[in-house]
Amino acid sequence: MNMDTMTLSPVKRFVETLDASLEKSLATKSRQAELLDRMESIDFPTTRTEAWKYTRVAKISKNQFYVNKAKLTSAESFFIKNLNALTIVFVNGFFAPEHSDSISENGLTITPFSLAKQSEIDALNKIEPGFDDVFSILNEAYAQDGFYIHIEKNKILSQPIQIVHVLTGENTIAQLRNLIVIDESAQAEIIQSYYTDNSINGFSNIQNQVIIGKNANLTIEKIQYENGENFHICRDKVKQDADSVFTTNTVTLDGKLVRNDLNIDVIGQNATTHLNGAYLTKDNQHVDNHTLVDHQVPNCESFELYKGVMDENSTAVFNGKVLVRKDAQKINAYQSNGNVLLSENASVNSKPELEIYADDVKCSHGSTTGQLDDEAIFYLQARGLSKSSAKQLLVSAFIGDVLNKITNKSVRNHIDAILLERFGWEF
Amino acid sequence: MITIKDLHASINGKEILKGLNLEVKAGEIHAIMGPNGAGKSTLASVLAGKEDYEVTQGSVDFDGKDLLEMDTEVRAREGLFLAFQYPIEIPGVSNINFLKAAISEIRQHKGMEPISAKDFMALVREKSKIVELDAKLASRSVNEGFSGGEKKRNEIFQMAMLEPKLSILDETDSGLDIDALRIVANGVNTLKSDKNATIVITHYQRLLDYIVPDFVHVLYNGKIVKSGTKELALELEEKGYDWIKQELAEEV
Repeated sequence: MNMDTMTLSPVKRFVETLDASLEKSLATKSRQAELLDRMESIDFPTTRTEAWKYTRVAKISKNQFYVNKAKLTSAESFFIKNLNALTIVFVNGFFAPEHSDSISENGLTITPFSLAKQSEIDALNKIEPGFDDVFSILNEAYAQDGFYIHIEKNKILSQPIQIVHVLTGENTIAQLRNLIVIDESAQAEIIQSYYTDNSINGFSNIQNQVIIGKNANLTIEKIQYENGENFHICRDKVKQDADSVFTTNTVTLDGKLVRNDLNIDVIGQNATTHLNGAYLTKDNQHVDNHTLVDHQVPNCESFELYKGVMDENSTAVFNGKVLVRKDAQKINAYQSNGNVLLSENASVNSKPELEIYADDVKCSHGSTTGQLDDEAIFYLQARGLSKSSAKQLLVSAFIGDVLNKITNKSVRNHIDAILLERFGWEF
Repeated sequence: MITIKDLHASINGKEILKGLNLEVKAGEIHAIMGPNGAGKSTLASVLAGKEDYEVTQGSVDFDGKDLLEMDTEVRAREGLFLAFQYPIEIPGVSNINFLKAAISEIRQHKGMEPISAKDFMALVREKSKIVELDAKLASRSVNEGFSGGEKKRNEIFQMAMLEPKLSILDETDSGLDIDALRIVANGVNTLKSDKNATIVITHYQRLLDYIVPDFVHVLYNGKIVKSGTKELALELEEKGYDWIKQELAEEV
C-alpha cells in the first residue's frame, strides 16, 4: 500500500471510486470542484454528531460503491397494480427509457435530467439542497441523474406519477437529484418507490427539492422496499407557499439502513401540511426518520403522525421537530410518534421536539413506546383467535392508523401486499 | 359438561384456589357466590387459561377432554366462553372483524366450512338484537368508548355469536344499572338450551332474580364450602357471608 492511499481521508477514499466510475455528473465541473473543496474539511457523521446520534454510518463510509449502468429485462413487476399512472423508471440511478412511459401532456413536464435542457439543469443547480453533511454534498457533486417534474399553473393531473427506482448488482451507488415544481393552483400525486433486484451492498443517496406554489395541492408517497442488504439515504427539502396543501406519506418496509430527512419550510400563510410515516422493521434493520416543519409565517397548520413496529433485532429512530418562528402566530401544529416493540432485542429512540418563538399558537407533541398489550392478546385468544392472529390484529390496528391516511386504493393495496409478503400480516 | 376436581391454583407463588370441586351438566345454570378475595375471578381466569396463574394440582375435564392441557384459544374453540369482568378496550380492532376472524378459526378447528360474508352479517344482525346492541356499536372498535353497560352487553353479544357450550360470566352484573342488567340477563336466558351450560359468578343476589340458577355454590377461601339451590342465595343475602365463616369455624 502506498503512502497516498494510507493517508486518504474516508471521504476522499469514498470519492475516488466514484470519480473512477462516473462519466458525468449533473453538477458542472467548477461546482463539483467547489464541493470537493468543502468535503476536504468534513468527515462522515459520527454518533457525536447530534443529527446522527443513533445512526451509525460506518457500514456505508467504509464500503466502496461504484456507478453501474445496468439494464433490467423487465421492470413491470415493480409497478403498482391498477394504478393507471404515468411511470418513469430509473435503474441504478439512471433513467431507463425502455421501461418508462413517453409522456406528452399539456401543462406537464416530466424529464430525466440526463435528457433535460441545460436551462433546467442550471435551475436545479441553483437550488441549495438545504443539508450540509457529507451525504448531501456527495449527492450534489456526483448526482448521476434525477427527474424534473413541472406541473404548470391550474393543471390538475388526472393520473398519478409513479417514479420507480430499482437497484441491481453489487456495491452499486445510485445518486439522484430530483426537482419537483408545482405551480399555483395545480394538483398532483407523485409516488416514489424504491426496490432491489438482486442487489447486494447497494446505496441509494437521493435528494428531492420540492417547490409548491400558491394554492397548489401535492401528495408525495414514498415506498421504501429495498432489501435488507442495501442502504438508503433520502433528503427532501420542501418549500410550501400560501394556501397550499402538502401531504407526504413515507412507508419504510425493508432496507439495512434507511435514513430519511424531510424538511419543510412553510413560507406562505394558510398552508396545510400532513406528514405521515410508517416503518416496519425486522432482522437487523435500522430506520431513522428525521423531520422538520419550519413554520415561518402565521396562520398555518401541520399534522404529523409517524408510527413504527420493530421486531427481532431491528432499531428505529424518530426525531421530529416543529419550529414556530417569532412572527408565525396562530399556528396549529400537532405531532405524534408511536412505537411498538415486538421483540426484547428491538429498540427505538424517539425524540419529538417543539421550538416555539411565537406566543399565540397551538402545538402538541407526544411519543409512546411499548409492547403489545398482553391483556388484549388474552382477550382475543379467549374468543378463539390464535396468539399470532391476535398479535397480527393488534399490529394491524396500530399501524393501520397511519396506513389509512393513504387514500389511493391501489397504493394501499400495494403496501398491504408487501406487508403480507414480508411480515405475513393481513390488513 | 365440566368436572373440576381438587383444583389448586396460585399466582406469584400465592395459592388462591385450594382444592375446588365442581360439576356442571348440560342444561344447567350454576351460580358461584362468595366474598371478595374468595377466588371467584381466579377460577374464571384459570378455566379460560390465563398464563399468569399456575395450576399446581387437580384436574378439569371438559366434555371428555383435559381442559388444562389446552391453550386459551383451543378452549374457546372447544366451546368455553368467558364474559370478562372488565372487558378491555382494543382501539383500532373492529368488533366485527375480530369476531369474523374468531368464528373462522373456530369453524376451521371444528373442520367446518368458512362462514360466508352474507351469513355472517345476518348473524350479527340477529344476535345484536338479543342484547339490544346498536349495530353501530357492533362495528366499532372493541369496547372503545363503550359505557360500562355497553361493554357487558357486548360480551353477551360475542357469546351469542360464538355459541359456546359453557359460558362463564365473571361478575357481569357488577356496576350495571337495572335496565342493562335486565338486558344482559334476558340475553343469557334467551341463549340457554339443554345443550349448553352457564356458570354465573356474582357478588350480588340481585342478578339471580333475573338469571335463575339450578344450583348455588359458595366459594370461600379457595374452595366450594356450601352448595344448594337458589334459596341459598337468598339466605346469603339475608345473613351475609359471616354466617358461612362462622359455620366453618364451628365445624373445625
